[in-house]
Amino acid sequence: MQDGTQAAQVAAQAPVISARDLDLTFQTNDGPVHALKGVTLDINKGEFVSFIGPSGCGKTTFLRVMADLEQPTGGAISVNEISAEDARKARAYGYVFQAAGLYPWRTIGGNIGLPLEIMGYSKADQAERVKRVLELVELDGFERKFPWQLSGGMQQRASIARALAFDADILLMDEPFGALDEIVRDHLNEQLLKLWARTEKTIAFVTHSIPEAVYLSTKIVVMSPRPGRITDIIDSPLPKERPLEIRDSPEFLEIAHRVRDGLRAGHADV
Amino acid sequence: MKQAFFPVLTVVTALFVLWYGAAVWLNSDWAYDKAKRANVELSFSELVSDTWSQDKPKLPAPHQVAVEIWKTTALKKITSKRSLIYHAWVTLSATLLGFAFGTILGTSLAVGIVYNRTMDMSVMPWVITSQTVPILAVAPMIIVVLNAVGISGLLPKAMISMYLSFFPVVVGMVKGLRSPDAMQLDQMRTWHASASQTFWRLRLPASMPYFFTSLKIAMAASLVGAIVGELPTGAVAGLGARLLAGSYYGQTIQIWSALILAAILAASLVGIIGVLQRVTLKRMGMA
Repeated sequence: MQDGTQAAQVAAQAPVISARDLDLTFQTNDGPVHALKGVTLDINKGEFVSFIGPSGCGKTTFLRVMADLEQPTGGAISVNEISAEDARKARAYGYVFQAAGLYPWRTIGGNIGLPLEIMGYSKADQAERVKRVLELVELDGFERKFPWQLSGGMQQRASIARALAFDADILLMDEPFGALDEIVRDHLNEQLLKLWARTEKTIAFVTHSIPEAVYLSTKIVVMSPRPGRITDIIDSPLPKERPLEIRDSPEFLEIAHRVRDGLRAGHADV
Repeated sequence: MKQAFFPVLTVVTALFVLWYGAAVWLNSDWAYDKAKRANVELSFSELVSDTWSQDKPKLPAPHQVAVEIWKTTALKKITSKRSLIYHAWVTLSATLLGFAFGTILGTSLAVGIVYNRTMDMSVMPWVITSQTVPILAVAPMIIVVLNAVGISGLLPKAMISMYLSFFPVVVGMVKGLRSPDAMQLDQMRTWHASASQTFWRLRLPASMPYFFTSLKIAMAASLVGAIVGELPTGAVAGLGARLLAGSYYGQTIQIWSALILAAILAASLVGIIGVLQRVTLKRMGMA
């Protein structure tokens, strides 16, 4: 009996995503490109991890490896303690791309229902889930609208709702707010934190904005290019409850400073 | 619509002026010949009225063609062999059948090319080669071969229509089915969607704008195919047969009226597809 509870505890503590010494080399016409080299990282349940770094540092590639959209050429990765491929097939994660990528021929409701349709949820279940996630991203009432009738920020919220619809525990986000203006971005960041607090999902978030990374994350992973690697991992001391004003606090500025230093160091040795 | 009215009217008027002018110019030789034999001098107005009313002019004037069309459509019973409506229907039925075959063949080939690597590498060159062979050379062979196996009438003509109309559909649909970008395909992968789910839910709907554009070209090509199919085979019915008969007997007015009717037919068919395209794409939120 005691053994059983111990095993359960170990399972609970096991990282949701575990990367060991990952290498990924793309063969191009200009010779091999080392997108990832010796990347080792654990992401625990309920963490919000941001990946930040200049372009070419492999942050998006790393996220795509977690999603089994890219195969590493060396090292090992596990997602939910199974291989990334099995995790993908088990629909373990929702992936939010840089562009909303909503289908113009489907309504917002139809777009959010698309993965549910593919996964074979019943019609009634689909309708209920679509309604619930639309409320979660504050888009209730827009179910019957077409994507072109929504602003860019609203479209991106709809795409987040779509990634949430099938209750995956992991949310992988690749610069989801990169194309949006500052004000919309602030608003969506706030909403994302609320959503994270409510759903207790594990989130991996790629960004190139320092304030965004510091504001959102419990852990910030600083990466640098050629070869793509991790140069610093910062555990954020900020509380879970984060009003926008926290960005003016000394703690916030201190972390931002450390991230900036990390990015600069990564650039200096190129 | 209103904005287009005057420019269109101007162009049409200019065309008619050119046409009437050309009729005077091209038919004047014959008018002068007649006048010479009768030993009379032709005034300009006599020349003009003669060139616009000859029985077998080199270039019939528009009103002659119009009168001929009126006589062979409105004033003839549809079942009559002299009715242009009857001949147009014969050609239209082959056109529509060939168009349907061509669309099905073209779409199937495109699906094969997009999903099968071997077909991707091998089919396209053959498709292009098929279109470089002059259809006028191929048509009689298709008719003869099919006739030898006991198929005649509508089907051989439809085959020639298909031969011409599948091509734009293949090219358009390959492009259309490949139009979803890498991100959209990755997205499907993250949901672990099957190949058929990706096809029906992403590739096919995404290809619709390309599909309709292809259909317009295919429809026009299909009509050309049906007419060409009627030319070398001694067909007795159809617009092609009318063209051929007209050229045997120097009936230029008959040729031109068949030509104009073919043009009207093509314009209406392409127009119908245009309407379908607008309605469909609007309903899909893509227009």
